[in-house]
Amino acid sequence: MTSNILAVITLNKERITGAVPIFVCSEHQEQQQIAFLLEKILDGMVHEVTADTLIIVRH
Amino acid sequence: MTGLFKELFANDFAVPLVMGFAFGILCRINLLRTDYRQYPTYPHGKIIQISLGVIAAALGSVAIPALLKENYTAVTFLTVAAQQFRDVRNMERTTLTEIDKQELVPRGGPYIEGIAMVFEGRNYLVIFCSLATTFSAIFFHWWGGLIAGIVSLVIAKYLMAGKTLSLIVDVEPAEVRVEGKDLYVGDIYIMNVGLEDAQNMIRQHGMGMILSPKDPNAKVTIAQPGQRQAILHDVGAQLGVYMDTGEPSLTPLAKRDLTTGRLGVFFLPQVKDVEKARAVVGAVPILESVYRKPSRAKQD
Repeated sequence: MTSNILAVITLNKERITGAVPIFVCSEHQEQQQIAFLLEKILDGMVHEVTADTLIIVRH
Repeated sequence: MTGLFKELFANDFAVPLVMGFAFGILCRINLLRTDYRQYPTYPHGKIIQISLGVIAAALGSVAIPALLKENYTAVTFLTVAAQQFRDVRNMERTTLTEIDKQELVPRGGPYIEGIAMVFEGRNYLVIFCSLATTFSAIFFHWWGGLIAGIVSLVIAKYLMAGKTLSLIVDVEPAEVRVEGKDLYVGDIYIMNVGLEDAQNMIRQHGMGMILSPKDPNAKVTIAQPGQRQAILHDVGAQLGVYMDTGEPSLTPLAKRDLTTGRLGVFFLPQVKDVEKARAVVGAVPILESVYRKPSRAKQD
């Protein structure tokens, strides 16, 4: 079973493009909150790729 | 009353048969334990296993008298028995695989295969025990049968005792470090955890063990995913798991350090007892199907 990126939560929308749902946030706390909600809803796992970008992956 | 007993035991083989049968059943009960690994399940799983043991005991004890009465075709039913017990292995494997789909920390294929093989093997041991007891009781009177029965009980118990991990690895507790997004057990990298909430939970409840292989064979054995999954399952079954379905950030994980061959085990137990965890990891069985001994391979 391959892993899929289910969503991306970023502070910098210029850096991400592609066919995934992208959530753009203005600050770190908001980013964590949205990631938390999405993790629970999607049953995925949150990973930090760079300091300003989080991804939700289905393993 | 005594007349009735005299009639019952008038048959030459009555005493050996009864002894063989009794020792066979004792053997099966001796080998059967719902130990901490929670298998076989109580009570119906146990009833099934005991019933199969009774059949195996009957087969084993009847074999020699049948041969002595020159009823040679009776031996063919031993092949029927072999077929039946192979079906037992299939049944156990299917049952366990179905249960495994809904486990928080699954056992994994090789562990299940090992358990299924064990149940087939135990029934054959019961046949052997009954056979040996009946044989001795026929040729060496009832006390010969008694001695043979006890000896075969002991041999069966010894044969069925598997090896545990403490034989091939050293288990040391290690510090769980959460440095930002990176989760380490000691110096072994485990995974990337992005959510601060999960990072805090891991800092609070996480526990880590490092398994250092004692020799090159051990290095290969603990590398196998089946063995690693068995470790995670046993730890989860005995220490409880601080996780839920749909929360992959709290899943127990075992990762290798590729340069040294050591294994870092990360988990979140309900009961945070380091010494107990160390004992549990040491008592994990070495799976027969993954036990490798590459240094024994002949190099031409």
